[in-house]
Amino acid sequence: MGCCKEAPALSAEVDRQLDEVVGKHKDQPGALLEILHEVQRIFGYLSDDVLIAVSKKLGIRTSEAYGVATFYSLLSTKPKGKNIIRVCVSGPCHVMGSDTILQSIEDELQIGVGETTSDGLFTLETTSCLGVCSDAPAMMINDKVYGNLTKEKVRMILRSYAEVKEASVS
Amino acid sequence: MSAVQLKPEPEVALATVTIDGQKVTVEEGTTILEAAKRVGITIPTLCYHPDLPPQGICRVCVVEIEGSFLLQAACTYPVRDGMVVKTNSPLVREARRMAVELMLARGDHNCPTCSRNQKCELQKLAESLGIRENRFEVVRVPQPKDTSSPSIVRDPEKCILCRRCVAVCQEVQTAGVLFPTGRGVHTEIAPPLGRDLAEVACVNCGQCILACPVGAIYEKDDTDKVWEALADPTKHVIVQTAPAVRVSLGEELGMPTGSITTGKLVSALRRMGFDKVFDTDFTADLTIIEEGHELLHRLKTGGTLPMVTSCSPGWIKFIEHNFPELLDHLSTCKSPQQMFGALAKTYYAKKTGIDPKDIFSVSIMPCTAKKFECTREEMRASEYQDVDVVLTTRELGRMIREMGLDFPSLPDSEYDDPFGISTGAGVIFGATGGVMEAALRTVYEVVTGKELPSLDFHPVRGLEGIKEAEVDLDGTKVKVAVAHGLSNARALMERVKKGDSGYHFIEVMCCPGGCIGGGGQPIPTTLETRRKRVESIYQADKELPLRKSHDNPAIKKLYEDFLKEPLGEMSHELLHTHYVRRPLV
Repeated sequence: MGCCKEAPALSAEVDRQLDEVVGKHKDQPGALLEILHEVQRIFGYLSDDVLIAVSKKLGIRTSEAYGVATFYSLLSTKPKGKNIIRVCVSGPCHVMGSDTILQSIEDELQIGVGETTSDGLFTLETTSCLGVCSDAPAMMINDKVYGNLTKEKVRMILRSYAEVKEASVS
Repeated sequence: MSAVQLKPEPEVALATVTIDGQKVTVEEGTTILEAAKRVGITIPTLCYHPDLPPQGICRVCVVEIEGSFLLQAACTYPVRDGMVVKTNSPLVREARRMAVELMLARGDHNCPTCSRNQKCELQKLAESLGIRENRFEVVRVPQPKDTSSPSIVRDPEKCILCRRCVAVCQEVQTAGVLFPTGRGVHTEIAPPLGRDLAEVACVNCGQCILACPVGAIYEKDDTDKVWEALADPTKHVIVQTAPAVRVSLGEELGMPTGSITTGKLVSALRRMGFDKVFDTDFTADLTIIEEGHELLHRLKTGGTLPMVTSCSPGWIKFIEHNFPELLDHLSTCKSPQQMFGALAKTYYAKKTGIDPKDIFSVSIMPCTAKKFECTREEMRASEYQDVDVVLTTRELGRMIREMGLDFPSLPDSEYDDPFGISTGAGVIFGATGGVMEAALRTVYEVVTGKELPSLDFHPVRGLEGIKEAEVDLDGTKVKVAVAHGLSNARALMERVKKGDSGYHFIEVMCCPGGCIGGGGQPIPTTLETRRKRVESIYQADKELPLRKSHDNPAIKKLYEDFLKEPLGEMSHELLHTHYVRRPLV
């Protein structure tokens, strides 16, 4: 009945975790952004159900939470791979060939920007300046910055992440 | 008297500024835009709307301020004493043009096929700034139209991201649906979670349409369905016209704001080929009889109070999403449109011997939410969809233009029987406070058995957000409240939720000003035009011989012949409804 999709109930455990995060930040200015960051750290991304629940707990509308979640490139409303590659496409990196770097990653992983590899190991994104222009072109994988990139260097870096996975499997 | 102390007027700091060589003295804090108006200079604007807080984001109103390194937005920048402003320097003109050219370079701005062709603020701006070519290459990021709603279409490729709709949706109506999503070239003003309008708590009020300066959001056009029915000889096509349309259609067709054009409206519809032209005012009178008795019944039997009116479909969807725990407060009466629809395919069909499947029922409404209302599954009392198509004032205006009728010079004609007889009480449904006043006119006389000394209940009139009054019904004091615009309705319902509001009866209209300010009304609809239309509604009421719903002879006959009694079995089947709880996203 009715026009709208009902939100499925979150599990009690997820709900408790959200309560905890919201409770911690509720009364500080800019609470929403802090909360979204922390919630994403726990769940990997901001699902519809999580955004609806956080909005309700904060007493704001989902439209606002979703607006904020989609504005900031470090927040994501889609599930992501284990490792997030962010290639800088700002001016200096662009001049130093970030296009080629991006292309070589796409070729190596067989995915485009915004996509995740089928094994869930990598998500490829672009980003604005990482603040390491002297080492352009640069990229970040998770919290680690890599500079002075070349096609060859990129391939080696990516393989090192893939090997970590294989090692942990065996 | 000596005890009365007059407070000294607070001193207002004044600022004298020079704008394009003209000196003007204004209160400090006045914006440059306002100050310029005082010396007869209209600085061009786009994201600015007279009824909304200024935002300063479109950069069209930039001006040069002596001593300031950057150009500043006149709509937000306050004047200072001694300030020297240039609104028309080469630098300003260049910046202004560039702002407009950049807007034209993003998305789809193909004027002839746009819903706002000739009524578009961007188009007007491009014309007045003399933009004949665009030095920027047009970039189109494909963004599909959202046609999911029966009321409203969103076309993000036409959007210039001015955020006026956001201010209306979030602040004025608190529907909380439209918000900027994404970033940079991918920014889209949209409902949350990538959902369509029909999947969220949009109430279909269409106030976003009135706020939009361009054609990025508009009513779903149903005119073709009506042309088709009119051309079909097997269909008996009838039409009803809402109270508010008679004071606004003229405006849509080039007449002054607030023109009362009831007779011309009827003539136009007849010339278009409608078999019968009826008046929603008739079922507005019927609503008053049913709702008045419902109120009295609740007062007598200890039913849920306060009772809240249910004529406004945007309001209904709003309460279903936002206050589902308060649905028992709603009157069970259908809106006048749906009462009409139910009677047309039952009572009228029987009376005329026409098979209800051959009746095509059209309504002309100031409202986009009515398009949704007629599709609700509860609205099939006749076993068919009771009202087939709802057209807004704007759509009817287009049809009249398409047909080439010279509307202002049409003669006046009368509505058809039996749904054409109505009273002033039905007419004032079109303005905020009108349903309350109409109900009080009837309830007072039913309860007291006495004639009202004056028919005008002034405390419930006017554009104040929430109005209150107390009426003495022969010893029983009835406390009433009226809210229009959903932020006001929300505030009132929060009080009801607490349980200590003390009210017996509440009228809520979804749109600011009531139906005369509805989302289907002519553009522009501003506070100023709303005010003029409200005046015309009360003027139309005053001019009618009958002004109380229970004096309507056709209503009396309807009860004698068919319904038997208010709140009776027939009424329950045809004229009353129920509501659904809806999730809030």
